[in-house]
Amino acid sequence: MTATPAVSIKNLKIALPKSAERPYAVDGVSIDLIPGEIVCVVGESGSGKSMCAHALMGLLPDTVKTETGEVLFEGQNLLKLDESGWREVRGRGIAMVFQEPMTALNPLMRIGEQMMEMFEAHNLLTPKERRAKALSLAKEVGLPDPERIIRAYPHQLSGGQRQRAMIAMALALEPSVLVADEPTTALDVTTQAQILKLIRNLQRSRNMAVMFITHDFGVVADIADRVVVLRHGKIVEEGSIDAVFRNPQHDYTKALLAAVPSMHPPVRASLDENAKAVEVIGLDKTYVTSGGWFKPDRRVQAANEVTFSIMQGETVGLVGESGSGKSSVARLVMRLIEADRGTVRIGDIDLTALEGKALRAQRHRIQMIFQDPFASLNPRRRVGQIITDGPIARGTDPKVAMQRARDLLGMVGLDAGSLDRYPHEFSGGQRQRLGIARALAMDPEIIVADEAVSALDVSVQAQVLKLLEDLKARLGLSMLFITHDLRVAAQICDRIAVMQRGVIVELKPTAQLFASPEHPYTRELLGAVPGQSSPSQAA
Amino acid sequence: MLSFVAQRIVKGVFVLLAIIVMNFFLIRLAPGDPAAVMAGEAGASDEQFVQQLREKFSLDKPLPEQLFIYVKGVVTLDLGFSFRQQMPVAKLIAERLPATLLLTLTAFGISLLLGITFGTLAARFAGTWADTAITVSALLFYATPIFWVALMSILLFSVYLGWLPSFGYETVGGNFTGWAHVKDVALHLVMPAMTIGLFFMATYTRMTRASMLEVKRLDFVKTARAKGLRDNIIQRRHVLRNALLPVVTLAGVHSGTLVGGAVLTETVFAWPGIGRLLYEALLQRDYNLLLGVFVVCSAMVLIFNLVTDLVYRLVDPRIEFAS
Repeated sequence: MTATPAVSIKNLKIALPKSAERPYAVDGVSIDLIPGEIVCVVGESGSGKSMCAHALMGLLPDTVKTETGEVLFEGQNLLKLDESGWREVRGRGIAMVFQEPMTALNPLMRIGEQMMEMFEAHNLLTPKERRAKALSLAKEVGLPDPERIIRAYPHQLSGGQRQRAMIAMALALEPSVLVADEPTTALDVTTQAQILKLIRNLQRSRNMAVMFITHDFGVVADIADRVVVLRHGKIVEEGSIDAVFRNPQHDYTKALLAAVPSMHPPVRASLDENAKAVEVIGLDKTYVTSGGWFKPDRRVQAANEVTFSIMQGETVGLVGESGSGKSSVARLVMRLIEADRGTVRIGDIDLTALEGKALRAQRHRIQMIFQDPFASLNPRRRVGQIITDGPIARGTDPKVAMQRARDLLGMVGLDAGSLDRYPHEFSGGQRQRLGIARALAMDPEIIVADEAVSALDVSVQAQVLKLLEDLKARLGLSMLFITHDLRVAAQICDRIAVMQRGVIVELKPTAQLFASPEHPYTRELLGAVPGQSSPSQAA
Repeated sequence: MLSFVAQRIVKGVFVLLAIIVMNFFLIRLAPGDPAAVMAGEAGASDEQFVQQLREKFSLDKPLPEQLFIYVKGVVTLDLGFSFRQQMPVAKLIAERLPATLLLTLTAFGISLLLGITFGTLAARFAGTWADTAITVSALLFYATPIFWVALMSILLFSVYLGWLPSFGYETVGGNFTGWAHVKDVALHLVMPAMTIGLFFMATYTRMTRASMLEVKRLDFVKTARAKGLRDNIIQRRHVLRNALLPVVTLAGVHSGTLVGGAVLTETVFAWPGIGRLLYEALLQRDYNLLLGVFVVCSAMVLIFNLVTDLVYRLVDPRIEFAS
């Protein structure tokens, strides 16, 4: 590259506190951000990618220390700036967009006020001009009905609208550099596609240098000009998008790329001949929020005439965007919540007709693995207790249950010594294995996995998916697999049901669904999956 | 919003009715015959006089009818007659209410103002000696019994230093008018108001501090910094405003109890308010007066709760009036 970089990070070293696992969060990283170019910094959690982003804004947490290195911007080393110097740069020279637009906006301030603050912070324009500018920014980022939006509070906007508002804010002062820290991770896939396009367009029209932090190779493929792969705070590979995707040099990059699930489902034998493990007939569920005495109730239909079945040994995927009702259906099937209407049969038992003791006696047959490996394990109980609670409640002798827990830990790839430890001593992937062991301890016939791999890094995700497949085959389990990630669904599901606003709009064998989607919403979802146009197709 | 207020008022009336019914039966649970007690206290014990009293207070009628008469009285703001004070209960309370409201609202204002200020300072300088000094003194005020603080401040400011009057609402026989009267009452107000105020101040200080430290870590504060905003604007506009939400909740809970909660302070400082009226009614077994004070205090709690809800909805746009 011959162009002058807008920002140069040179040999940046950020020290972690002494108690940390490694001495440096960022270890000798150098990155040039060039006007008109998007650099994607990719890596798994803990790779130091967010630290790099925060260092550019002088927003590093107090616990870490910049040891050596320079961040050169407009002829000065930003790392030498004092607080007031930083304030000049922030927003005006370098602006930032954060991951979670809900929490990144002040809930008590109107969107417009928060945009106008940008000008106020740098003493620009009169209040009236600021308002006009906020309005035009809202228009520029494609917010519908901008007059209303700038008067709205964050909670009144959708996730995509909030992120657009964040972007509008970041661009208010026409910075030459934009730092985007996982800006689409919290969004639905169709919204993500729109936001990526927006960032691309704005970056081109303003000739900005963009540093885009992400863990998602699909997103990288769609947006990056250049890629920097980080691992344990060090750059392991760097190059143009084509070079890195077509011809990755470092083993780690290769492994990461290989771990991205492919959009091409493998061939799977039909299981239609098998007996039905679960049969769901006409499930209805409407959530009613009381509107008070003088206002009508608010109703959200989470399940509308939901009908499907799962054959023995089959995995049925439930895909859809947030709010489509897929988690509600999972809970209805497990009878964790009550349906307004409809039947759930497990084998030849009508689960919806049972009550009290009879219901509890059947519960072990269908078990759940949850999304958040941190929140789904009681932090005050040892792993042994967590796994044996269910079996002991069913009347298993505690000693027998403990022995079985030991075996199960081996089965999910953890050592038996884990029994005496607490959940916080395990990594995210290990905790998800604990969650699987806990579910298996009940000798279930059916596993309901609710976004069970969504919170995991791609390499860990691949391992957990493989484990689930192995266990399923070995123990003859059936599975209801809920996910928003169509790549994952393609790899693990025999059939997929697409949900939109409480309705299953399409239900087909996986390969058929991907090859010839019929419903417009299915097509929209499939089209929005990032990374399909990449040089190597991300796999 | 109007429908919300109307709805809350209707609900409040029902709650108040329930409280009145409960209070009514409460007095019937007390051992002995109220008429006999009243007669005994009046120094007469012949059966005829007691019967007269029963008739006068409708005690000879069946319980449901008595309840009906009492509720009817309350609805028309007739809270009965205080035998001991020889005055209608409503009039007694109406005389005392302004003094109590003056005391408690002043104390409330002081506690909020100082509590939020000190809490903000402590959070701003968290971990320094200033923070330690503030939190330790807050703990001290919180842990010390109110009456002891009251007695000690009388000793210090009235007896030794002679700066402030030690009791009452105004100088007896002072007959001040205009600004001199205001000043006289204000001087009398200082100690009792501070005594109550300091206790509540301590809770607000600690709450504000904890809440601010929590909010400081949230993402939108980072967004604010990324805009290049000055620190004092970030602290005020982004941190403090969000941190005040739990303080408003706590203050709401406190505000309801302020009317009846000043019993100790009013007694120690001989403040002529509802609290002392309640204390006297208790000592003298003045049942009608006791009941009347309960009803008024309950009504105050309901009113303050409504006000808190309205304030909360004003400061937090996420709460809608309908829900």
